[in-house]
Amino acid sequence: MKQGASTNRPAMSDPLFTPDEQKHFDAGIAELLSHYPVDRKSAAMLPALRLLQTLKGWLPPEGLKLVASRLETTVERCYEVATFYVMFHTKKPGKYVIDVCTNLACALRGAEGMLAYLEQKLATKAGENGEKYFLRETECLASCGTAPCLQVNEDHHESLTKAKVDALLEKLA
Amino acid sequence: MSVLSEKVITRDWERPNQNTLAGYKANGGYKAAMKALELPPAAITDEVKKSQLRGRGGAGFPTGLKWSFVPSLEKNPKPRYLAINADESEPGTAKDRFILEKDPHLLLEGIAIACYALGAHTCYIYSRGEFKYPSAVLDKAIAEATADGIFGKKLLGRDFELNVYQVRGAGAYICGEETALLESLEGKKGWPRLKPPFPAVVGLFGCPTVVNNVETIASLPRIFEKGAEWFSKLGFGKSGGTRLVTVSGAVNRPGTYEVAMDTSLRELIYDAAYGQGLPEGRTVKACIPGGSSAPVLTGDELDVKLEFDAFKPLQSMAGSGGVMVMDDTACMVRCLWRVSRFYAEESCGQCTPCREGQPWMARILRKIEEGRGERGDLDTLLGVAAAVAPWPPIGLGTTICALGDAGALPVQSFVTKFREDFEQHIRLRRCPKGDKPWGVFGDFK
Repeated sequence: MKQGASTNRPAMSDPLFTPDEQKHFDAGIAELLSHYPVDRKSAAMLPALRLLQTLKGWLPPEGLKLVASRLETTVERCYEVATFYVMFHTKKPGKYVIDVCTNLACALRGAEGMLAYLEQKLATKAGENGEKYFLRETECLASCGTAPCLQVNEDHHESLTKAKVDALLEKLA
Repeated sequence: MSVLSEKVITRDWERPNQNTLAGYKANGGYKAAMKALELPPAAITDEVKKSQLRGRGGAGFPTGLKWSFVPSLEKNPKPRYLAINADESEPGTAKDRFILEKDPHLLLEGIAIACYALGAHTCYIYSRGEFKYPSAVLDKAIAEATADGIFGKKLLGRDFELNVYQVRGAGAYICGEETALLESLEGKKGWPRLKPPFPAVVGLFGCPTVVNNVETIASLPRIFEKGAEWFSKLGFGKSGGTRLVTVSGAVNRPGTYEVAMDTSLRELIYDAAYGQGLPEGRTVKACIPGGSSAPVLTGDELDVKLEFDAFKPLQSMAGSGGVMVMDDTACMVRCLWRVSRFYAEESCGQCTPCREGQPWMARILRKIEEGRGERGDLDTLLGVAAAVAPWPPIGLGTTICALGDAGALPVQSFVTKFREDFEQHIRLRRCPKGDKPWGVFGDFK
């Protein structure tokens, strides 16, 4: 096998991006690369992975290969980074990723009870990735004065009560 | 009691449109930077030294001194960088987020001053991945300042190029450690580097780099508006200025407050302007004073000032200003388990004592809390902790970075100060608090 063949292999299935997404991705990568020294393209790894995840909802293997080639690095480096940071999804998550802080400041204001309440309402277990919900415990979200808190697809909600959680869940169709 | 005579960081938070360039400029914004940039770079650093500004990220290191470690261009002609640590993730800490949300230009003006002093033409602001809204506000502020010509080819009209970029993290506590932050900025997983060399000499892309906390840099505009002496006098002892602290847990009014350096923990917890005390009948059993890695204090140790040096006699630290209060009905084992579990989750895996030790401590704590504790468990727990980082004193950790210490210090301080609570769990073979381990506000309603 020729060197680099694994990263340049064309996608076997559907194309990764729609034409619009492709345009967005290309422009985004060009902008990101302009933020770094010319010989340090791979420094753009985190923002490039975030860009990919924003477009696709997760980091599909073909996307990681594309990021590797644009940043002139290896796909292994992409996986190393993608699996180190909890906000990157190398497996497709449920439609709603719900991150519940259960660290000390939130726990002292009812976070364990809130997690149990969510498990019951959503009929799921923390850590289980379902089609609709991916409920998980997360670490301190810097909202300690406004505990307990959670994030739904990165949108922050704080000073939560049962009534507020109910209202929030009603909006998740 | 201490009184906050003047607000520094939060002064303008309630002004309309303060987080836009127009709103910021309407209140004299960027004038302090214009004033500062009339000084030679070395004189700016001297002013910062005189102000007694100390790092607000947790270590309390003198900022001007940190800057002065950057070698001269003659000695090292490589480009230099400023990296802003906005990766606020120490449990209990919630302050930098509000600066980004409410007054982002205060940070950007500070960046203009710092970069000019350091000769840095690029600044990266590394913000927490989870900060969706604060990051959006900051991005808008950077775009406004760049479009206005504040940043770019001519910083505030001077012959000095400065470009400022925000890079968002992706959920890794370790990236708040300055060398892990640099690794992450270089597009890698956040594995801390051995020091020395320190970032001021070999930092981002191998170049001299200063890493400063958001609140630290946001203090600069005030220092140059009102003078280093004013800032220094506002403080206490060797800590200039005021500080932002967050009080959480069992208090009636949790929140983030700007306080005078000589405010005591007791005042923060009980004063009407701050935490407003605990509910009727409850007392403080334990208090973590500076983010979860700071050794815990008992209810008898609250008469300590929030200034950086005051915690040394108590073998604890002022840290990042995250004050977590536990009342007399909270379970100490359960509280410590939550803290330990965090360090187990967030250990980056590079050094064996931390990678193996943190989960080991968390497992023992869970076992004790669930009523499966055995005689000897506490000695094992303390033994593991001491092998990661003995305490006291602070700072003897066996790992590359301080995350090892951060996980070991709470274990040793909790078990030493509340040993009877731990032993009671083992004797009774259950948690005495049953299904109510979280104290007075612990129920989800």
